[in-house]
Amino acid sequence: MKAAPFEYSRAASIEEACALLSADENARVIAGGQTLVAMMAMRLARPTRLIDINRIAALSYIRAEADTIAIGATTRQCVVERDALVAKKAPLLARAIPWIGHAATRARGTIGGSLANADPAAECALIAIALDARLSYRAGFKDAEIAARDFFVGPMVTALPAGALLTAVRFPVWSGKIGGGFHEVNARRSDFAFVSAAAQVEIGGDGACKRIAIAVGAVGDFPLRLTSAEAALKGGKLDDVAIKNAVTQALADIEALADLHASAEYRKRVAITLAARAVTDARDHALGKTPHAH
Amino acid sequence: MRIELEINGSVRALEVEPRTTLLDCLRDQLQLTGAHAGCEHGVCGACTVLFDSVAVRSCLMFAVQAQGSSVTTIEGVTPGPGELSPIQDAFCETHGMQCGYCTPAMILVAHALLSDNPAPTREEIVEAISGNLCRCTGYAQIVEAIALAAERMRGANRPKDARK
Repeated sequence: MKAAPFEYSRAASIEEACALLSADENARVIAGGQTLVAMMAMRLARPTRLIDINRIAALSYIRAEADTIAIGATTRQCVVERDALVAKKAPLLARAIPWIGHAATRARGTIGGSLANADPAAECALIAIALDARLSYRAGFKDAEIAARDFFVGPMVTALPAGALLTAVRFPVWSGKIGGGFHEVNARRSDFAFVSAAAQVEIGGDGACKRIAIAVGAVGDFPLRLTSAEAALKGGKLDDVAIKNAVTQALADIEALADLHASAEYRKRVAITLAARAVTDARDHALGKTPHAH
Repeated sequence: MRIELEINGSVRALEVEPRTTLLDCLRDQLQLTGAHAGCEHGVCGACTVLFDSVAVRSCLMFAVQAQGSSVTTIEGVTPGPGELSPIQDAFCETHGMQCGYCTPAMILVAHALLSDNPAPTREEIVEAISGNLCRCTGYAQIVEAIALAAERMRGANRPKDARK
C-alpha cells in the first residue's frame, strides 16, 4: 500500500499549474487527494508527477455573482459545508455536503476535486447536474466554461480537455419561495451512496410548482436528471400521488447499475422512492413545513 | 525533498521522498508511532492526526504537502510527561478502548470536536467518530468517554491542551 515514485511540484499559480500539466501528459493534479492518494496507494494510479494546487490562493473562494454562487475549485468541502452564503443561496448544496465522506475527509477534500473525479456516486456531481451548474477551466492560456450536463461522460470520466485545470463551479441561484430535498441510501453513514436523490422546487404565489429540478445519483454512469418528471410536475400542485407517478415514469426505462452491493432492480426501486421523498421534502421546505423524518 | 513543519509544538526539518505519506513520515522518520497504520487507503481512520488543528487522515496526504503546517499527534496532547489529557483520562475511566488500535485517532477526533463544540449532543459525538472504525468496543464506551470529557472540560479550569 505504498505509492509508486513520482515527482512533486507545488504550483504557485494557475499559469504554473497549466504549464506543468502541458509539459507531461502523465502528470496529475492533486487537490484534496482524498481519492487520488488512495488510488496511488493501491497503484491504480501511477502519475509521473503530482502538481499540487492546494496553495493557489486564487482557486479558493466562495462568492455571490450576478445570478450564481461561484465556488473556487480548491475550496474545501468543510468550508462549503459551513458557509452562510451557500446555505442561503444554494440550500440544496448545503444539504448534500455533509453526506460526502467523513468530517476528516471533508477537511481536505475539495469541491473541484470531487467534480473532476466524477465518481457516479458523488454528491457534488449530483447537485451540479440537478442545479445546472457551470464549470470553468483553464486550458493553456484560455478560460472556458462547460455545463455540468456536458461535463460528466462516464464513471470517473469527464469532458475536461487533457492538460486543462478545473478552476471553479457556478451554481445558479433560484429566487422566490424555494426549497431543497436530499436523500441517500448507503451501507454506513458517510459511505458511498447506493442511490442518492436531490430536488429543488420553487412554489409560486398560487401554490403551484413554478420551477423544479430533480436528479438521481449512483444509478447510472453519472448523475441523471429526471427531465420528464420535471415537465410533468411543473405548473401542478405537487401532491404526493403526482410526485410518485412522475418519478416512477421518469425512471421506468432507465438501466440502473448493478454491483456487489445493490442489484439494478433494487437501485431503480430505491431511486423512485428517494426521488419522490426529495421532491416532497423540497415542496415542504419551500412551504416552510418541517420535512418528515424518514 | 526538504520540508519543515511543526510537529507537536516543535519545528522539524526533514528530507522526504515525495511518495512518503505523512503517516509514514510520522512513524518511520519521527518515531511518532501513536499514529497507527490501518488500511492505508483512507477507510479506517486509525491514522488520524490534527493538521493545522483539524482532524485529517495522515495516510491520504503526502508529507511534502505538509510543508509549513502544524501537525499534532497523540504524543502531543498530554499536558506533561507522565500525565494524560482529560480526554485520555475519560477513555481510561469509561473503558473507551480494548485493543487500543483505534484509540489515538478516536482521542484526536474528540479533541477536534471538543475544541469546536464544547457541549456536543450524543448525535454530534457519533457523527464526529463516524469515520473511525473500532472493532472491539461497539463504540458505546467511546461515546461515553467523549461525553464525560466534554462535561469535565466545560468546567472553569480549562486545561492547556483543550484551548487550541
